Amino acid sequence: MKKSKFSFILVLMLALSVFLVACSSGEEAPVTDTPVTETPVTEEPKELSGPLTLSGSTSVEKVGLGLIEEFMALNPGVVGTYESIGSSGGVKNAADGVTQIGTSSRDLKDEEKAWGLEELTIAYDGIAVIVNPANPVEDLTVEQITKIYKGEITNWKEVGGNDEEIVVVSREDGSGTRGAFEELLDFEGQLTQNALIAEGNGNVQSTVAGNPKAIGYVSFSSLDNTIKPLKVEGVEPIAEDVINGTYKISRPFIFIYKEENLTDVSRAFLDFVMSEEGQKVVEEKGAIRVK
Amino acid sequence: MGKDMKLDRKNELKEKLAHYLFLFNATVAIISVAAIAFFVFYRGLQPFIPGNAEGTYSLIDFLTGLEWRPGEGKFGILYMIVGSLLATTGAIVLGVPIGILTAVFIAELAPKWIRTVIKPAVELLAGIPSVIYGLFGLGIIVPAIMQLSSQPQGQSLLAVILVLMIMILPTVITITESAIKAVPDSYREGSLGLGATKLYTVFRVVLPAAKSGILAGVVLGIGRAIGETMAVMLVAGNPIAGLPTSIFSPVRPLTTNIAMEMSYAFGLHQEMLFATGVVLFTFIIIINLILNRITRGSELK
Repeated sequence: MKKSKFSFILVLMLALSVFLVACSSGEEAPVTDTPVTETPVTEEPKELSGPLTLSGSTSVEKVGLGLIEEFMALNPGVVGTYESIGSSGGVKNAADGVTQIGTSSRDLKDEEKAWGLEELTIAYDGIAVIVNPANPVEDLTVEQITKIYKGEITNWKEVGGNDEEIVVVSREDGSGTRGAFEELLDFEGQLTQNALIAEGNGNVQSTVAGNPKAIGYVSFSSLDNTIKPLKVEGVEPIAEDVINGTYKISRPFIFIYKEENLTDVSRAFLDFVMSEEGQKVVEEKGAIRVK
Repeated sequence: MGKDMKLDRKNELKEKLAHYLFLFNATVAIISVAAIAFFVFYRGLQPFIPGNAEGTYSLIDFLTGLEWRPGEGKFGILYMIVGSLLATTGAIVLGVPIGILTAVFIAELAPKWIRTVIKPAVELLAGIPSVIYGLFGLGIIVPAIMQLSSQPQGQSLLAVILVLMIMILPTVITITESAIKAVPDSYREGSLGLGATKLYTVFRVVLPAAKSGILAGVVLGIGRAIGETMAVMLVAGNPIAGLPTSIFSPVRPLTTNIAMEMSYAFGLHQEMLFATGVVLFTFIIIINLILNRITRGSELK
C-alpha cells in the first residue's frame, strides 16, 4: 500500500521534472543566440539528476523515505527509491553495489565490517518504557523489564513497587516499535500471553494513562505528561543519553556505502542528510537527530 | 394507426431502457458481494493449499490453536472464535430484552410526548460512529470495570459485551417497533374486547403476532455485534493467547485481529489474516441464512 503510494509520488515527480525540463529548454533557446564571446561570469551549480537508490531496514524506511522525498523536492531531476528488505539485506546490497546506499537499524556485525564499508550514523531510535504517574517505581534494569515482558515478574513489589499485579501492555505483531523493543531486549517471540495488545503508540499511552498497574513502551516522540517514563539502569530516556550510548533501549540508524558506488547524486544526498534540513526531517519522522 | 404503432414502439424502447437501467443497478450490488467473497476466500484459503508460495499452515491448527504469534509462525484462532461468540451472546442476552421492552413501550404504552423524546434518541444512537462507542467504552466502562474486577485491568469480555449491547439496541428497537406496529389493530381490539388487560394484550397477543419480525431484529443485532471492529478493539485487551476464563478476562475478537495487524502484515501473516476474514465471513453467511429462513417463514404465514 505504502509502496504503491510512493511510486505514485515518484511518477508524479518524474512527470513534473519532464515538464520543468521542457519549460527550461524553451527559455534557454534564445540564450544560445547570444554571442559566445561573453565570458561565463555566474556559473550556476550543475543541476543534479539521476537515480538515487537505497535499500535496507524496514525500521529506517519512514526516515529514509522522508529524506528522499525532501531531497527530490529540492532536486527535481533526482529519482529516489527505497526498498525495505531488512538491515542484513541493506548491508549486503551496499557491499555488492546493488544499491548506492544500504540502511541498517543495528551496528554492523564483525563479518560485515570486513567488507570495507563506510558507515554514517544518520539518526537514533529510542524506546521509552512508561508507567502510570501514580506508580512509585522510577527505575528498572534491562533485565527486570525483559522479565516483566516475558511474564517472569508479575508483581510490582518484586521491582520495588506496590503489591499489585503488573498489567503488561504491548503493541500489535508487525509493529516496528514492538519488533525493535523485543529485539533490543532479546525476548523475541516470548511475550507473556497475559499482555494486553494496543494498536499504535497512542493507544499504549492511553491504556497506561488509565491504569495505575500498567507498563508499556512507546517511541520517544510519543511521550507526554499523562504517563511517566522510567529510567533504565538509572538513565533517563532523553535524546542526549541515547546519543552518548548510556540509554540502553535504543539503536542507531546507519547508512552504509562504498565510496566507489557513490554518484554525484548520492554524495549530495549524504551531505543533505547530515545538514540542518535533513536532520529536521529525521526529527519530523520521529527519530532522534544526531546533530 | 401508423402513429399509434410508432408510439407503441417508442414506449417499448423506453420500457426496455428502464429495464436495463434497473438491471444494471441491481448487478452492482451482486457483483460487489461476489467480488468481495471471491477475493477474501481466494486469499484466505491459500495457506491451506499445499505448495502455496508464502508457506502453508494446517487448517486444523488454525481452527483449534490457542496462540497467535505470527513472528513465531503460530496462527491459532480458536480463542478468538470463542471470544467473538461469547461477546456476541452476552450482548444479545443483555441487549435483546432491553430492546424489545423499549420497542413495546414506544409502540404501545408511552404517552406521545415521551415517545417524541425516546424515538429520536434511539435514531441518534444508530448514527453514532462506532469509534465513538469505543472511546466511550475506554473512558467510562473500562475504568468502572477496573474497580469491580478481580483482574488488574478493565479491558475485558464484560467491557466488550456492554459496548456491543448498547450498539445493537437501535437495530433491535427499530425493527421490533415496526414489527409491533404491523400487527393489525383488530388483534388488540379483540383481546381488549374479551376483557384482557393492556399488558396481557401486549405480551400474549401482540408480541406473538410480531414474532418473526422481532426475530429478524435479533438476528440483525447478532450480525452487527459479531462484525463490530473499532469500538471493540479499544476495550477488548486483544491478548495474543488464551481462552477467556471469566467475564473479566481480556478477549481478542476475530474482527480486531484483522484490523490491528493488516497494516503491517505481509506474506503468510497477511494471508492468515485473510483466513481469519474467511471464518468471520462464514459466520455472517450463516447468520444471513438464518435471517432468510425467518423472514421467509413469516411470508408463508
